Amino acid sequence: MTSPTEQLAEQLSATTLLRFATAGSVDDGKSTLVGRLLHDSKSVLADQLEAVEHASRSRGQETPDLALLTDGLRAEREQGITIDVAYRYFATPRRRFILADTPGHVQYTRNMVTGASTAELAVVLVDARNGVVEQTRRHAAVAALLRVPHVVLAVNKMDLVDYAEPVFAKIAEEFTAYAASLGVPEITAIPISALAGDNVVDPSANMDWYGGPTVLEHLETVPVSHDLTGCHARLPVQYVIRPQTAEHPDYRGYAGQIAAGTFRVGESVTVLPSGRTSKVSGIDLLGRSVDVAWTPQSVTLLLEDDIDVSRGDLIVPSDDAPATTQDIEATVCHVADEPLTVGQRVLLKHTTRTVKAIVKEIPSRLTLDDLSQHPEPGRLVANDIGRVKVRTAEPLALDSYAHSRRTGSFLLIDPADGTTLAAGMAGDAFAAEDKAPAADDEGWDF
Amino acid sequence: MTTSVDIVSEGTDSPYALSHLDALESEAVHIFREVAGEFERPVILFSGGKDSIVMLHLALKAFAPAPVPFSLLHVDTGHNFPEVLEYRDRTVARHGLRLHVASVQEYIDAGKLRERPDGTRNPLQTVPLTEAIQQHRFDAVFGGGRRDEEKARAKERVFSLRDEFSQWDPRRQRPELWQLYNGRHAPGEHVRVFPLSNWTELDVWQYIQREKIELPQIYFAHEREVFKRSGMWLTAGEWGGPKESETPQKRLVRYRTVGDMSCTGAVDSDATTLDAVIAEIAASRLTERGATRADDKLSEAAMEDRKREGYF
Repeated sequence: MTSPTEQLAEQLSATTLLRFATAGSVDDGKSTLVGRLLHDSKSVLADQLEAVEHASRSRGQETPDLALLTDGLRAEREQGITIDVAYRYFATPRRRFILADTPGHVQYTRNMVTGASTAELAVVLVDARNGVVEQTRRHAAVAALLRVPHVVLAVNKMDLVDYAEPVFAKIAEEFTAYAASLGVPEITAIPISALAGDNVVDPSANMDWYGGPTVLEHLETVPVSHDLTGCHARLPVQYVIRPQTAEHPDYRGYAGQIAAGTFRVGESVTVLPSGRTSKVSGIDLLGRSVDVAWTPQSVTLLLEDDIDVSRGDLIVPSDDAPATTQDIEATVCHVADEPLTVGQRVLLKHTTRTVKAIVKEIPSRLTLDDLSQHPEPGRLVANDIGRVKVRTAEPLALDSYAHSRRTGSFLLIDPADGTTLAAGMAGDAFAAEDKAPAADDEGWDF
Repeated sequence: MTTSVDIVSEGTDSPYALSHLDALESEAVHIFREVAGEFERPVILFSGGKDSIVMLHLALKAFAPAPVPFSLLHVDTGHNFPEVLEYRDRTVARHGLRLHVASVQEYIDAGKLRERPDGTRNPLQTVPLTEAIQQHRFDAVFGGGRRDEEKARAKERVFSLRDEFSQWDPRRQRPELWQLYNGRHAPGEHVRVFPLSNWTELDVWQYIQREKIELPQIYFAHEREVFKRSGMWLTAGEWGGPKESETPQKRLVRYRTVGDMSCTGAVDSDATTLDAVIAEIAASRLTERGATRADDKLSEAAMEDRKREGYF
């Protein structure tokens, strides 16, 4: 038994951070799961619980409705639905968590894409009575498209199927086969009852046949990817720091957050799209000089030569530069209410660079339920996922999204009113389609 | 049942793992630099409270060794703590910053705002704030808001578009994907930017400790003359308390948030050091706002309603 002081020391020593997203449709118990995770990990404080109890009572409900913890907007509480992604924070002695709580309602695809874009893990909920349904496949496909490294299948409502192992095993097998075919790298299936609390935070006494971790235990221990060997180093230049003061008359630093890989002092680098080269003469890590820095650190790079570098440029190792191109083929998720059409003029924001672009082709629209391709749809409407070909006014150094979520992603923006139209991922749609990397014989077009 | 199709990750003891504070710091700095790169006239809302102090600290780090390329804006309710105003002015002078002050008192004196019957001035800040934004043509306004503070804030974007009336429409928010922040706006509109969105109260305190950031003394336990109103300890003073029915008394207290004296309550505490404050917060069963902010208790959707009107 640990003392309160020891518990406190433990809680404060939790230093790693896991960002994860939940996906589930309306009645499969997502709010209950989120509520239970927050409640059972003691992340709901007394005044919040009191507010929920008060609100529940004034609605005539006898027991506190934990969904009220997460439905923050007037309209959500009035209608009893979740209309937007919310971010929740909780901590255990082992880890801190940022949860993107994505609603399962009509606008599911764009909401889940939004939540999954920054997630390292996605929890897909399934109702044990219904098994793998269209919505489940849709969630698995979105997680695969967004290249979320870890997927948890939470088979919920096990209490309603007598906690029967064969029910769970069949669903887990079907889901795993489907997700693996999409290239999802790791799948963990957990039988739970969010309502009764089985295997969410505490192990279930009703399912002694299950030997794996609870949902929380898995969240606490899943390895977060830090394997940077083999990652292509990329620094999008955000801002040029030039103090021009008596103390620093010649300081000229290129500030940005390292999008992928590592940079070292002495390394030869190339600035794209200009193609000019230099060497890293110093790295400032927020006030401290270092020899090496890595993603996702925000740094300032100093170069040996006084070459022209500005916001929107990409600094890369000279021996590992991506090709630049004005013709981009990508998968996009359309997130706006107005459609995206062939011939439409848009802005494309890639890392720190925003350029004019035109939608040249929409070769196909993906049906997430069965992954079939609908050819030449002509346009994409809200929540559609499709392949697009875009021509940009200036060359961009894009990686494939499979290699770098950060330098392989982009936004399409309406130049008229600034609306975010679509979220783009360059290269192949699913990991399972990845071909062997093409021979690097094209160079890049300056 | 774990099926490893392809192992892509390694253990968390990797030399490349970032601590949660380093990850949050790096993300916040990225947000500051994005705004510096994309906007013409950004401003930092600075109240002298811990969140805005941490914001300023991050901004100083983000652009060092160059100065912070933003000015500061303080909405002075006229009921601010003298210690905090003193801290504000000292900080502005030390870093050679430019400070704009929007004064609620001036609005009241000019007859443009009316004192509320309950004496709370916090909701009155919205008009001077939005008018200052229009007058100075600020196009990006940094706020220290955190999503863990309140359920309406949990829905807030890092880049939050506001119309020419500074209004927030939660149904018309732009989806925010990856770290690609879309700051495009029409003339007259502006973007509220929240670099501390993903921080919790405890993160802020742990960061203050790690970075050895100085705070106004009211954050630490001290003896103060207070009186009880609506279940909270309010500081006695010329701003309007105590009334005849309320009895002032000396207590050992500290503040968890710093706002207007008329709506910010003190908590009983003997925490005189950062370590003690952190231990107290980690063990607290009350949220920061639940414990000490009267303005959020006005209705179930008080924060959402004020945000819609242009509050930060």
